[in-house]
Amino acid sequence: MVLLEVVQGGGFFAYAPLIIALPILGLITNIIFGRRLGERFAGIVASGAVALAFVIAILQFLALQAHPEGVTIPIAEWISVGSLSIPWAIKVDTLSTTMMLMVTGVSTLIHIYAIGYMHEDVRFQGDPGRYARFFIFFNLFVAAMMVLVSADNYLMMFVGWEGVGLCSYLLIGFWYEKGEDGIGNAVAGKKAFVTNRIGDFGFLIAMFLIFGAVGSLQFDQVFHWVHEHGLANVGVISVATLFLLLGATGKSAQLPLFVWLPDAMAGPTPVSALIHAATMVTAGIYMIARSAPLFEVAQSTANLVAWVGAVTALFAATIAVGQFDIKRVLAYSTISQLGFMMAAVGIGAYVAGMFHLVAHAFFKALLFLSAGSVIQGVEHGHHHIEHGDGEPFEPQDMRNMGGLRSRMKVTYWVYLIGALALAGLPPLAGFFSKDEILADANMENMGVYILLAAAAFLTAFYMGRQILMVFFGKARSEAAAHATENPPVMTIPLMALAALAIFGGALNLPGVHKLTDWLAHTIEHVHATEFNVLVAGLSVLFALIAIGFSWLLYGRKTMKEGDPDPLRKILGPIFVGMENKWWVDELYDFLIIRPYVAISWFLADVVDWRFWHDWFHDSVLGSAYRNGSRWLAWVFDLRVIDGIGNGLGNITSWGSQRLRVLQTGYVRNYALAVLVGGVLVLSYFIFG
Amino acid sequence: MNIPPAYVLTLSGILFALGVIGVLIRRNAIVIFMSIELMLNSANLALIAFARTFAPAQEALRGHVFVFFVIAVAASEVAVGLALIVAIFRSKESIDVDEVSSLRG
Repeated sequence: MVLLEVVQGGGFFAYAPLIIALPILGLITNIIFGRRLGERFAGIVASGAVALAFVIAILQFLALQAHPEGVTIPIAEWISVGSLSIPWAIKVDTLSTTMMLMVTGVSTLIHIYAIGYMHEDVRFQGDPGRYARFFIFFNLFVAAMMVLVSADNYLMMFVGWEGVGLCSYLLIGFWYEKGEDGIGNAVAGKKAFVTNRIGDFGFLIAMFLIFGAVGSLQFDQVFHWVHEHGLANVGVISVATLFLLLGATGKSAQLPLFVWLPDAMAGPTPVSALIHAATMVTAGIYMIARSAPLFEVAQSTANLVAWVGAVTALFAATIAVGQFDIKRVLAYSTISQLGFMMAAVGIGAYVAGMFHLVAHAFFKALLFLSAGSVIQGVEHGHHHIEHGDGEPFEPQDMRNMGGLRSRMKVTYWVYLIGALALAGLPPLAGFFSKDEILADANMENMGVYILLAAAAFLTAFYMGRQILMVFFGKARSEAAAHATENPPVMTIPLMALAALAIFGGALNLPGVHKLTDWLAHTIEHVHATEFNVLVAGLSVLFALIAIGFSWLLYGRKTMKEGDPDPLRKILGPIFVGMENKWWVDELYDFLIIRPYVAISWFLADVVDWRFWHDWFHDSVLGSAYRNGSRWLAWVFDLRVIDGIGNGLGNITSWGSQRLRVLQTGYVRNYALAVLVGGVLVLSYFIFG
Repeated sequence: MNIPPAYVLTLSGILFALGVIGVLIRRNAIVIFMSIELMLNSANLALIAFARTFAPAQEALRGHVFVFFVIAVAASEVAVGLALIVAIFRSKESIDVDEVSSLRG
């Protein structure tokens, strides 16, 4: 009874700040005690902190049942300058709580998984001392993500936005001394950071524009202003939303800023699962959904958002087909799926976008974690057969796998569930969420629909290809032949995520629309999309055909060690393009990085060093100064200043020479002078 | 006996002019000295003449007193001047003033 009263009174809202405080508490504990008290302690503290945050999120969820309009909980005055007033406040509404639940829930499972995974990883990489550091970064990430989603204004959101970017950078480069040439991972982290910075620049400009137009950055005030004056200010809102879109393309890895995400796979696999698949990369989608009133007014930008998402979805899907690294396939798949969400929010289907965001978080986290499980299983096998010959071995290359179905049973089943969910087969979560996007796109924008449907087809194909290459056929390396299953601390979170991937679709079943009703309290203009049998049937049909294709290519005939990809023969140069990611990195290298480096070199070498330093400083300023001093010393000082002194002396001397003759020494001359003087004075008195 | 002051003043002027000429043209230091005394006494004469002519009765002695002062000054001047001449003579063996021209520039 008491509990019910508390729930209905909204008393749980008061606990909302804990959702940020708990992960911070966890990371502080681990900073102080983590290394001393061992791996078990560090892992339990970090996981426990996030699990408690998840409990807090559930409490918020319960409180929102009674007060679905949500609350804003002020914590502190933050910035107060003139008319600018930005409080540090937590916004608990249905949208932010959806994200809180998803992020903390998935994070808890991934934290638990990481206890087992990192135990192996730090030993495999040869530095067990970094175990606690990993969990410190992980907790920091969760705290930053909570700031991002619970923000009550754009600036606070930006703090979280930068915080997750920082954690992403730290964790991509977690093994910073490893990778290609010993700096590969560090370079990948830097690439992610720099690329994100371009997006962050867009976010900043958008904030300035919004503040300039509205005079506030608080969501409520901005959206209120948009309601009142939006139609009269479509221009500035369009520009601001364009910059918001730039921010979202950076964070959510959309065209043209997606290039950092595949390289981000350099981080440990739990990082890929948590940050680069489930949570951080969805921040862009969340931000656009949060800014829905702005995008409702700026229809042209919204349209652009939809096209960016759709093109990214298809583009990334084609690349995923041609990859051999198990994590890279998933990375491009993530970009592709983020494109789906982007397209959804672009066409105004915010609920569909958020639905797919949550469902995708479940099955993509599952896929990444399973991939991590596969990689470690193969590494075990590699260690088992290795006898010190130290031959380089790539445990992530799918060409080195095969036949793992029998050796890693749990991993196989959960991977299959994740893959089928991603492929969009009913009744898994991916089917409902993707279908809702497709149905919306079918109604709103046919071009976007066609692109997305093609991407969905490719999605089913490359997931079928991956499953068949990894788990079916015969082992194509000794390591794969000796792969072993991982301990329960890793497989139990996988099973939990698999359950979520199966039942996640229940969030927003057609006809029931729980999530739609839930989000309708926060986002206006939501609409429950009718279940379109034709669209759903078509996408299922496409998915099945694609999986059939993949079986024809990869399943029917067993691939042997060293066999080329059968698709290479069929597609020829197109496959080379897919395999090489359509040379986007090379294109950017050619179009942007090289000119940029050349310009930097030009500025540094020619302009700064040769022109400014050598020529201007040394030649112009230096010689001007030297010549000036020389002139002052030899000409001005010697001739003018000394000339004045000497001239005065000479004049005095010359005058004295002339005057000395007056001094005759004869007394009578002086007497005469006195007489003349006396006569003159008297004459003056008498006649003057 | 009442001599008009113009006569006295004329005499005084002649005496002064003689003294000036004596100072300017003579080279003997003693003679120059005597010429200076002549000029002083011509001035005394002029003072007496003015005192008699212009002064009111109760101030009639003022010019006379002045003359006594001048005589006293002249006497002391003679004492100093003669001492100087003696000193010059001792070093130069001459009292020709043109011989004493070591201040010539």
